[in-house]
Amino acid sequence: MKKSSTMVQAEALSKRYGATQALDDVDLEVAEGSILGVLGPNGAGKTTALRILTTLSTPDKGRAWVAGHDVVAEAAAVRRKIGVTGQDATLDELLTGRQNLTMVGRLSRLGRSETRRRTNELLESFELTDAADRMVKGYSGGMRRRLDLAASLVMRPSVLFLDEPTTGLDPTSRQRMWGVIRGLVAEGVTVLLTTQYLDEADALADGIVVIDHGRVIAHGTPRELKAATGSQLLEVTLAEPHAGAAQALAAFSVGTVKTSEDGKRLWTPARNEAGLAVAALRVLDEAGALVDDITVHRPSLDDVFAVLTGATTAPRADVAEVPA
Amino acid sequence: MSAATVVTLDLGAPTLGGRLRSWAEDVWVMTRRNLIHVRRDPMQLSDVTIQPVLFTLLFVYVFGAAMVLPGGASYPQFALAGLLVMNLTTSSVGTAIGLSMDLSTGVISRLRTLPMSPTAILVGRSISDVLAAVLCSVFIAVTGLVVGWRPETGPLSVFAGFAVALLFSYALSWLSACVGMAVSSAETAQGIVFILVFPLAFVSNVFVPTQGMPAWLATIANWNPVSAVASACRTLWGNPNPSASIQAWPMQHPVEASIAWSLLILLVCVPLAGRLYRRRTSD
Repeated sequence: MKKSSTMVQAEALSKRYGATQALDDVDLEVAEGSILGVLGPNGAGKTTALRILTTLSTPDKGRAWVAGHDVVAEAAAVRRKIGVTGQDATLDELLTGRQNLTMVGRLSRLGRSETRRRTNELLESFELTDAADRMVKGYSGGMRRRLDLAASLVMRPSVLFLDEPTTGLDPTSRQRMWGVIRGLVAEGVTVLLTTQYLDEADALADGIVVIDHGRVIAHGTPRELKAATGSQLLEVTLAEPHAGAAQALAAFSVGTVKTSEDGKRLWTPARNEAGLAVAALRVLDEAGALVDDITVHRPSLDDVFAVLTGATTAPRADVAEVPA
Repeated sequence: MSAATVVTLDLGAPTLGGRLRSWAEDVWVMTRRNLIHVRRDPMQLSDVTIQPVLFTLLFVYVFGAAMVLPGGASYPQFALAGLLVMNLTTSSVGTAIGLSMDLSTGVISRLRTLPMSPTAILVGRSISDVLAAVLCSVFIAVTGLVVGWRPETGPLSVFAGFAVALLFSYALSWLSACVGMAVSSAETAQGIVFILVFPLAFVSNVFVPTQGMPAWLATIANWNPVSAVASACRTLWGNPNPSASIQAWPMQHPVEASIAWSLLILLVCVPLAGRLYRRRTSD
């Protein structure tokens, strides 16, 4: 018996495509009314996990339940509970926006009048009313995403799966999409989304699972993960290697200080504090290191990965005071 | 939501009648979607509108002038049934192209996450294609009437002739659907269906009586389902049918043979199409 408050649960999911182990022993859990962000680079296995959970694919090993139903044995029951927005357009290009939503509504067995009502309501709330009777072929990227999301909401799903919902969107459309997702969760919808962007997972998700090469390499709250990786990356280039540089930088580090082979480049996850570059420069200068260049940037996914795979896979509790 | 509520919500186990109605509605929604596609791109219909008119005119005026039929029958009287069957046979390639294109787009992923009946995707396609075949028949019949074709039987028998041809066309569309799902691209599907369908359409009594063919070829032609359907139409329309004197069973019983061939193709291809669809969409 699954816990009633768990809307998505996966146990030891594995899936192989030829020589590629797309998923390897993946566990997931999403509590009702929360957002889980599945973070990982292209080809990490995010989409494969999503395809299994949405009944589009079957696992080689392991089991999964969505809204209390087994995704393999009770696929039909799962389909009555979920909304899915895929990465590639799942819209019919030759149909209008309205016709797309109507088709989905009818095929979701909503009935004629309920379909019409729901279609109008969604077109309105996604600001697509003006474009409703134009062919999707002529829609902009942002409009397509909105219509795609609207299509996955036609039958009021209890669990919503979003595969990279903002990839390729401009910043405004992205913010707008985030607003919509937050609104849905406020209404009680459970969301599982995949993303390549740390800031997106950070902004939206209650929990994050980081996947790489089909394996879960870290999981926790955004706060815990940031604590593990540092919220900024401090990178220093020296004119020549200096023995005391790493020691000097350790004062700012929330992880380990790494040094390149030639000893000239040093980097470390660092605390998020104002004036970090200046402070670091002063300390290095005092230590006698000759600094060519110093940069501070928010960790990209690559940085997170470098830290997670290179150093520690478990979130460190002792640096949890890092601002979220 | 507790697990208990989830179960009660799904307990509305529909009756067989309810399930059939839901299925029919899914099929209708998919059919309408295909018809909207046709409206957006009417040139998709050229093979059931312009092409049959063109073929009818070309065959009647180019070949008809040189063709001497046994008993001095007029060529349009003889050829129209053949032209109908040939056009319906070649236009069956549309099913392979349509399905192949559907399966290559993301739309299929969305459809597969909906609580719809998966078979509605295939059946909806076959229904929209049979509607195209009806359109094709109308164009050929009208062109035929213009160039001098006249059925010599009652309306019911004339209608039965078209029905036999459309049943055969429906069966072929399922064969075409199988090809469409077995290969990876619409272009390949089109190529393969044409290679299958052209010899089928031409090694028959469609354009010329088979009596003049070498014996081995005539045997093939006489047992070709296309010949049976053309003969069935000629018989039901009261048009000249030189094949009636051939001793092969299908030529003696063309209507029965046409229906038997169609059912046989359906019996093999409908379940096969279902299997190919599942294979194509599972990973």
